[in-house]
Amino acid sequence: MPDKPELKPLALKLGGVSKVFGGVQALNAVSFDVQEGEIHCLSGENGCGKSTLIKIVTGVYSPAPGARIEIFGRRFDVMTPNLARSLGIEVIWQDLALFPHMTVAENIAFDELVGTRPRAVWIRGIHQRAEAVLARLGVSIDLNSSLNSLPIAQRQIVAIARALMGNAKLLFMDEPTSSLSQSETSRLLEVVRTLSRQGVAVVFVSHRLAEVLEISSRVTVLRDGKLVGVFPTAGMTQARLGELMTGTRFEQGMSARDRSSSPAVLEVENLGRSGEFENVNLTIRAGEVVGMTGLIGAGRTELAHALIGMTRPEAGAVRLNGRRIRLRSIRDAIREGIAYVSEDRLGLGLVLKQSIADNTVIAVLDRILGKLGLLSPQRQLNLVDHWIGRLAVKIGHADHAILTLSGGNQQRVVLAKWLATNPKLLILDSPTVGVDVGARAGIFEIVRELADQGIAILLISDEVSEVLLNSDRILHIIDGRIAGEYDPRATSAEELEQRIYA
Amino acid sequence: MRLNSIESRLLVVLVLMIFGLSLASDQFLTLGNLTSLLNNNAVNLIWAVGLLVVLIAGGIDISFAVAASVVQYVAVFCFQALGGGNWLIGFIVCGGLGIVLGLVNAVLIHGFRIISIVITIATFNAYFGLLMFFSKGRFIYNLPDWWTDRIFIFEHQSATGTWSELNLAVAVMVVCVAATAFLIRYTNIGRQLYAFGDNPEGARRAGVNITVMQCVAFGWMGLMAGIAGLMQVNIVKEVVPNALYGRELDVLAAVVLGGARLGGGRGTVLGCILGVMFVAITQNGLNLLGVSPFAFQMIIGAAILIAISSSNVPVELKRFRWRGISPGSFRRADP
Repeated sequence: MPDKPELKPLALKLGGVSKVFGGVQALNAVSFDVQEGEIHCLSGENGCGKSTLIKIVTGVYSPAPGARIEIFGRRFDVMTPNLARSLGIEVIWQDLALFPHMTVAENIAFDELVGTRPRAVWIRGIHQRAEAVLARLGVSIDLNSSLNSLPIAQRQIVAIARALMGNAKLLFMDEPTSSLSQSETSRLLEVVRTLSRQGVAVVFVSHRLAEVLEISSRVTVLRDGKLVGVFPTAGMTQARLGELMTGTRFEQGMSARDRSSSPAVLEVENLGRSGEFENVNLTIRAGEVVGMTGLIGAGRTELAHALIGMTRPEAGAVRLNGRRIRLRSIRDAIREGIAYVSEDRLGLGLVLKQSIADNTVIAVLDRILGKLGLLSPQRQLNLVDHWIGRLAVKIGHADHAILTLSGGNQQRVVLAKWLATNPKLLILDSPTVGVDVGARAGIFEIVRELADQGIAILLISDEVSEVLLNSDRILHIIDGRIAGEYDPRATSAEELEQRIYA
Repeated sequence: MRLNSIESRLLVVLVLMIFGLSLASDQFLTLGNLTSLLNNNAVNLIWAVGLLVVLIAGGIDISFAVAASVVQYVAVFCFQALGGGNWLIGFIVCGGLGIVLGLVNAVLIHGFRIISIVITIATFNAYFGLLMFFSKGRFIYNLPDWWTDRIFIFEHQSATGTWSELNLAVAVMVVCVAATAFLIRYTNIGRQLYAFGDNPEGARRAGVNITVMQCVAFGWMGLMAGIAGLMQVNIVKEVVPNALYGRELDVLAAVVLGGARLGGGRGTVLGCILGVMFVAITQNGLNLLGVSPFAFQMIIGAAILIAISSSNVPVELKRFRWRGISPGSFRRADP
């Protein structure tokens, strides 16, 4: 990190940026600056104004009068998307905006094809330029393979390469790591550092605070549209950063308790499925939260899928409340009282185009039937009101589309959906992906409450601190086997991380 | 061309079929049969490459065959008004009318943000209704001579005295196919059409002009429909209002068989040609073998199901193989 950051020229300097949307002050006199070649994090909870700020810099929105925008030392009164791009400002949005059926080379070079004036394209030229950009990033990806054959992590790299083709000098990355595993993340961060060494300024938006502190030299924190401050990351802690972002202190203590005297809810014996997991033995007792962590691909999600009847184990036995169960489908699992909150909330957890109410009752439709076996709107309403109230979901109206909710509130609806099935065992697979710091704490409060009511909970996560703070016991899974068990009270985050990433 | 692409598998099937048919029927692999195959399918192939462009851009068009009929009728009156016309005027008038009808679809789809299948089913019905209403179902035989005169681009008399020839429609088809291939493969417009069909929101954010893309796709489809209408009259020497009604589904089936993806973003001219030829050769072969024509529909249906579902087989196989060699793989646990 540079010793004298003030000597570096600024890539971006904003002052007095305000923006009002229909009476809501999205940004209030915010200032923000980024040095050339700096890696700068923009932090804050969902809805704090990060995206609005990025959209103002890139000319998608125009700020309220009085804003000052300086880019590479030049003052601009009006910014447009085309002007921003010509100045070398690029944004990689979370959904990447790539083209799945086109080749890697075409994706990287796509922006040079844009335009309504017809002209011939030489595929060889595109390949050469794409190759050169990938070389600059120090990665190699087969240029001819179609994008949808690549894992998400490589698609991220393709998106970065595409931004570099546009000669990016200031790159915004919106939650680039939210769907990457730890090792993929560190490879991506390495690429970001390469960019920074080449003089590209990178503004990084992430909910993973550990990553924020690792990658950036400074962090700008926004809260409710206002600037909280700009802080050097040296000496900053995750807890302090979370506190700055939410305005409340998160001194979350360890919640581990000893439940060894409670009756076992789930007992798994020698469970195996070839290629996925083997010889898995575990017990979860009533009211117990068992954390399960390990690298992505170690078999955590596969094990969860077998426990809910999505796949069938080939060996071993599963007992629920002492009774042997054989699940043939997810419907069987629901009937037995097993609920599964998927890691892919948007893809599998919710029916995105339907309302909050419909999403809440989708797993228990047979319990809200009225006369003649037809759906009873009144029963649905009662059920929805009950869970919305109990989980404190912040909604406008239960008939609104689920997409209108923030990530944290969406996850609460997913929880409500499964709690409505009265589960004995609740499996949470990465429940806080894409959920911001404040909302995470809220979700784990609910999880602890549920445990206190006697539900057995399996918490799968690759965030070590999350597992450590919220579990009663921690299982470490490596290559489909449970390799170790840890007591959160007797281990530290560093120790656990070392074991996992060793 | 990748080895497991729909195109390459279709090519293998086609070669096997040609081989089998040439053994089963001594008439199949004759110059006369092959040239008539081309003559009979030139119009379908012109439509097919037009439809391909629409499918690549993420749309669909049901109305093109009926639109070609509309073009034929309107063109008859235009040629009368222009004092007879000639081939150049014919291409300009029919191509232009086709483009206009295509742009009607584009404007409706883009202007009202309604999915293309709904709009083109509507225009399909509207065009056909208007056509039957105003033509009162009358056939027109009184056409300009230049339009109905046969023009051969290739003639050959065999030793037994039978003539084989290729007519003008085949040459026009070759030009249309080549032009479409150039458009979608070698121009920036073509690549933007793929991108728009693949990820419309991504394309919009990258600055692709969506309005222009919709107009190019449906305009190109319209141009091909108009030219196909012109050439079809040259082959059958009459204008019949419901002659082309129903052909759209045959063409759509052939294009989908050739690997174009209904969701957009995928499809090649080669696949298109193979798809049309597969349908044509199947029909031709069944005729030569004396099989009931109803079997043809059945076989085309089955072929589409097999072609589309088998394109997922390699993916499944790969997953299976991956499981076999992955570092985390284990011995199969004893039951």
